[in-house]
Amino acid sequence: MAKLPLAGIRVIELGVVWAGPYAGRLLADWGAEVIRVESRQHFQFHTRGYIPRSPQILSERSIGYSAYKKPGYDPRTAHNAFTLFNGHASNKLSMTANLRTPEGKDILKRLVQVSDVLIENNSPRVREDLGLSWELVKEWNPRLVMISMPGFGDTGPYRYYRAFGVQMDAFAGHGYMRCYRDEDFDTQSIVFHADEAGGINGALAVMMAIYQRRKTGKGQWIDLGQTEASICHLAQAVMDYTMNQRITEKLGNRDYHGAVQGCYRCQDVGGKWALDEEYPDSWVNITISSDNEWAGFCRAIGNPPWTRDEKFATTLSRYQNHDELDRHIEEWTREHDNYEVMYLLQKEGVAAGPVITEKDAYSDPHLRARRFFTQLTQQVCGTHFYPGIAWKMSRTPNQLRLPPCCLGEHNEYVYKQVIGVSDKEYEELEKQGHIGTDYVPELTGE
Amino acid sequence: MAEQALSDVRILDLTWYISGPYCTKLLADYGADVIKVEKPGEGDPARRMRPFFKDDPHPEKSGLFLFLNTNKRGITLNLKSNWGQRAIKELIKDVDIIVESFSPGVMDRLGLGYEELEKINPGLVMVAISNFGQTGPYRDFKASELIIYGMGGSMNDSGLPEREPLKKATGTPILFSTGNLAALATLIAVYQAKIEGLGQQVDFSLMEAQMESIDRRMSHLVAFQYNGEITPRTDSRARMSHPAGAYPCRDGWWHITAGGVQWPAVGRMMDMPELIDDPRWNTMTAWLEEGRADEFLAIFLPWSLEHTKKECIERGQGAGANCAPLNNMEEVLNDPHFKARGFWTEIEHPVTGKATYPGKPIVAEDMPWVIRRPAPLLGQHNEEIYCDKLGYSKDELARLKEAGCI
Repeated sequence: MAKLPLAGIRVIELGVVWAGPYAGRLLADWGAEVIRVESRQHFQFHTRGYIPRSPQILSERSIGYSAYKKPGYDPRTAHNAFTLFNGHASNKLSMTANLRTPEGKDILKRLVQVSDVLIENNSPRVREDLGLSWELVKEWNPRLVMISMPGFGDTGPYRYYRAFGVQMDAFAGHGYMRCYRDEDFDTQSIVFHADEAGGINGALAVMMAIYQRRKTGKGQWIDLGQTEASICHLAQAVMDYTMNQRITEKLGNRDYHGAVQGCYRCQDVGGKWALDEEYPDSWVNITISSDNEWAGFCRAIGNPPWTRDEKFATTLSRYQNHDELDRHIEEWTREHDNYEVMYLLQKEGVAAGPVITEKDAYSDPHLRARRFFTQLTQQVCGTHFYPGIAWKMSRTPNQLRLPPCCLGEHNEYVYKQVIGVSDKEYEELEKQGHIGTDYVPELTGE
Repeated sequence: MAEQALSDVRILDLTWYISGPYCTKLLADYGADVIKVEKPGEGDPARRMRPFFKDDPHPEKSGLFLFLNTNKRGITLNLKSNWGQRAIKELIKDVDIIVESFSPGVMDRLGLGYEELEKINPGLVMVAISNFGQTGPYRDFKASELIIYGMGGSMNDSGLPEREPLKKATGTPILFSTGNLAALATLIAVYQAKIEGLGQQVDFSLMEAQMESIDRRMSHLVAFQYNGEITPRTDSRARMSHPAGAYPCRDGWWHITAGGVQWPAVGRMMDMPELIDDPRWNTMTAWLEEGRADEFLAIFLPWSLEHTKKECIERGQGAGANCAPLNNMEEVLNDPHFKARGFWTEIEHPVTGKATYPGKPIVAEDMPWVIRRPAPLLGQHNEEIYCDKLGYSKDELARLKEAGCI
């Protein structure tokens, strides 16, 4: 079997929160050795948790971004069990070093000298505080590819602005167009498109530079503003403004291009495909974009008399009578569960799919057939399935290899085998506090 | 100027609509030579999609198509004709990659499956972008951006608890982000092909690309495994700490996340230093007490309503809080930051003239992003490709046109 495409490429990840770590994860998935350099002296908010030693009550109250909280919850290991982190940390290694000391800087230098890529998504201010710059690292290794991916890029008036993905999306115009048509913006959920856009473009940029390095033998520095990457995903609205001076407004779930579509409530519980009695809320998305699909939809629901109303005769008239059509559609979907609606409509050539819950995802027949999830065993959280690899390649079949990395889990390997420190030096660095698997007492209060 | 990173990458592009063309556009903008193949007469369906220049629904005036197809050369070809299939087999000799986004099985039925094409060009990379992938029970199912997000993304927990789940922004951001990821998949495959001569097929499913994406779904999928949690839609008022969300201000809306450990920034921003050590809010756990959020909002909302968006952002950012204005597209286009960075680009097109487009997502001096040509008119490069490259005569080209082949 062929080796994975990025085998032999070593990546240093100084990644925080999501976008940088996602870029690292995408490269790790395809064979790169991704080493997270973490700190025992600094607890990065929103990365391995909200606060060190997160108390059980905090984990219990936070849904979706929480620590492993089965019986035996232990605040001392919560940083290795935070779902926001463990979601992207498979396939990566973790080492610790205090980069704010000369010894820590020296360790980073030696690591850079044997690496191909350095990813960081800190504010430029953090980079300056650490004394870390392209001018410096290229002296250490001129073949290095370094990418800085702060929210707004490395130049311009907002260079130092602080933002999570949701604020970058607000700057980008995404937030203004993501809302129910008949509600105010304070009903908005907190969504992070810019992390997705930033992470993907970060990995793409690194790959382009690695590709180019084959030809030039030289590394380079890349400036990625996550907000700009996110704006590119709103091209329709941008072009409507620049060509027609029109401001695109919120449309809820409706289609910008004129199809009839919506998210409709389904039968609550008990249907043939119903998956969860504790979570009866169940929804299906339907898109009808042509007369053929409309005819298929009518067949699927048994051609009731209302479907012959002139109001629904053409694509345009269906769009014009969208509200009324939605009410009719939902009368029918309420009689069925969401997977059933998908099967009934797809059989007639109509695009439909359930709004799936996390539970649905793991039992979804398609994802199971394609073996999307991979089971991994991690020392704190035990054995679980994890979301797998985004695409498949025919000659380099691929599954997740390593479970989410614990803090400092791979110190010995990275220090001794990758960087090449002696046993004696390793002990010294351990004493100085660089090496360890927990935060320093100043942070934990222990 | 440095040479473009992908100047030696050659792509035959059989994609249409949004995800596939965005994948090849990204590669073309960084130097790849992309030949786009369209159906004679009609072309890519994106040509018939909004927004149109001056609202004129003309196939050369779709702003969506114009954005998605910069730097590509365009030819027309009827893939269902024997002649068309032969032409593809000739074109394939000279490329590194073929990208297609037809329904699974179509390429095989046309006699253009990977096994056939690989015989002609060993080491070829073939990227197939589809809704659900080339295998599995949903393989032949139809989808839309909304459906992909509902099945793959974090839609179930977006929106109000009592209402329907809500998609992302107006337009099709999910088709762009998945197309963006497909560009990475393509490049990783071609990297290996160039180094090892190993060609292969990439099976890229939009649903799985979303299921793997970072935007909340990954965390929530793991939370279900660990704790059995299904992350519900929550009311903004029920958030664990404030400020966290969009709030009205004097002239619009703004967004700020600064509760919890960033709390001191809120006191500084509001010029109320007494808030910083107020035990009602100064720890993460203090917010868990009943009524704390309401007490805070009673102070915060009047403050917000007294200030303009600009004031809120300047004060918030000055104090170290993560915050932003809720910009509409006019405000985005006029924003001084993106202008100062030279993000926008003006492109001249023979039918629509000059217009401003979103520019480079990745900035690197040694890896320039260049617009070498605008999106192709339908069949614009037929003569250049068929005659100059494949050696057909102009008479033959005219006959093929008459026969509906091109």
